[in-house]
Amino acid sequence: MENRSFVTIANFSKEKILYMLNMAREFEKYPNRHLLDGRVVATLFFEPSTRTRLSFETAANRLGARVIGFSDPKATSSSKGETLKDTIKMVSNYADIIVMRHYLEGAATYATEVTTVPIVNAGDGAHQHPSQTMLDLYSIYKTQGTLENLNIYLVGDLKYGRTVHSLIQAMRHFNPTFHFIAPEELKMPEEYKIYCREQGIQYEEHKEFTAESIAGADILYMTRVQQERFTDLMEYERVKNVYILTPEMLVYCKPNMKILHPLPRVNEISQGVDDCPQAYYFQQAQNGLYAREAILSDVLGITLEDIKVDSLKMENK
Amino acid sequence: MRENKKELQVAALKNGTVIDHIPSDKLFTVVSLLGLEKMENNITIGFNLESKRLGKKGIIKIADKFFSEADINKIAVVAPNVVINIIRDYEVVEKHDVVLPDTLKGIVKCSNPKCVTNNEPMPTYFHVVDKENCIVKCHYCEHEQNRKEIHII
Repeated sequence: MENRSFVTIANFSKEKILYMLNMAREFEKYPNRHLLDGRVVATLFFEPSTRTRLSFETAANRLGARVIGFSDPKATSSSKGETLKDTIKMVSNYADIIVMRHYLEGAATYATEVTTVPIVNAGDGAHQHPSQTMLDLYSIYKTQGTLENLNIYLVGDLKYGRTVHSLIQAMRHFNPTFHFIAPEELKMPEEYKIYCREQGIQYEEHKEFTAESIAGADILYMTRVQQERFTDLMEYERVKNVYILTPEMLVYCKPNMKILHPLPRVNEISQGVDDCPQAYYFQQAQNGLYAREAILSDVLGITLEDIKVDSLKMENK
Repeated sequence: MRENKKELQVAALKNGTVIDHIPSDKLFTVVSLLGLEKMENNITIGFNLESKRLGKKGIIKIADKFFSEADINKIAVVAPNVVINIIRDYEVVEKHDVVLPDTLKGIVKCSNPKCVTNNEPMPTYFHVVDKENCIVKCHYCEHEQNRKEIHII
């Protein structure tokens, strides 16, 4: 049987990405459907992540599925020493899809090897978080009308931020120009710059974060500069207020520019920016719902065509 | 051929496999990689023999044993310049270098402590991404490591 699991999108073709985005667009038209009536979705969170779990559970509920699972690994048998394999095999007896979040890297790939039930990776350590990438892509696509030839500015923690790494990989099909804006300690790792060169992706690196330096952006993707990432606290004190976005910094920005952030935000985007037309991070989180509805449908073999037919039914109602 | 035999530092083999030019410090790793300690065959192991190429080398002669490519090639992970001789009726009928296989299963430990393979009872699985420089990539966490970082399980 073909395994339809959704573990990574690093190897997705351009067609597959656009196909998934079109699916998400259908779900945005009609988020509430009966496509998953009678199905059971398990959400296994071996590591707490309220935001991601609520988003997946909402997606499942809005498609008519029932949800089982756990959000606190302390309350499960894995704290008694049960192996991941045994937990997955046990839940496979009950659920039609397993959405899992795990602190170990590669856990989702391993899970696909021990079950025939489709696995959806809701984050495996610092490795992959493909549903986040999917909603980032959908947000870019929706706000810019295309994914092609965009200037994407990535700001903040580019060293540890897996969302920015995945975004680079997923955007490789669309001829982007990246601008990496980060302090020295958190700059883009060499391996991703090598990746860009291999893939023919243009990029520039900057340290300064000013109204002028972001004037060319179509997308400004902010991430959090976390204190615990710094070995040198002096360095942290020096840069912590440099990578904060304020309304004044938006004076030169392009009219189509939108600000994205994977959330949670702390202080890297000042509250004043929330009321600016460029602020898009809350809608971005909402787009996560549609992206995850698309993911849950795709792993069950529900096609874009099926969803479009279903959309027509909704229109005629 | 006859002259060679004179110089042999360990007894000749009638049928079987000779693994030659093993760096001395890798000899026992090769022994355990091939699982020789569990074999019933007649095995001669030479340690710290003289070698023009290596200074000191190890050699292993296993009587009546012919390994599969996949089995023998895994020793390339620790000793890339080893030479394999296949002996039939005292003659070398085949001689070749070991080549890294495309994948390594259950041989190498992943150097990423947060990798699932280091925390679950499961075999490791690596893709060899660069045979020349022996760079391997974990199938699960996708962490890459080179020969220097490689630890045999």
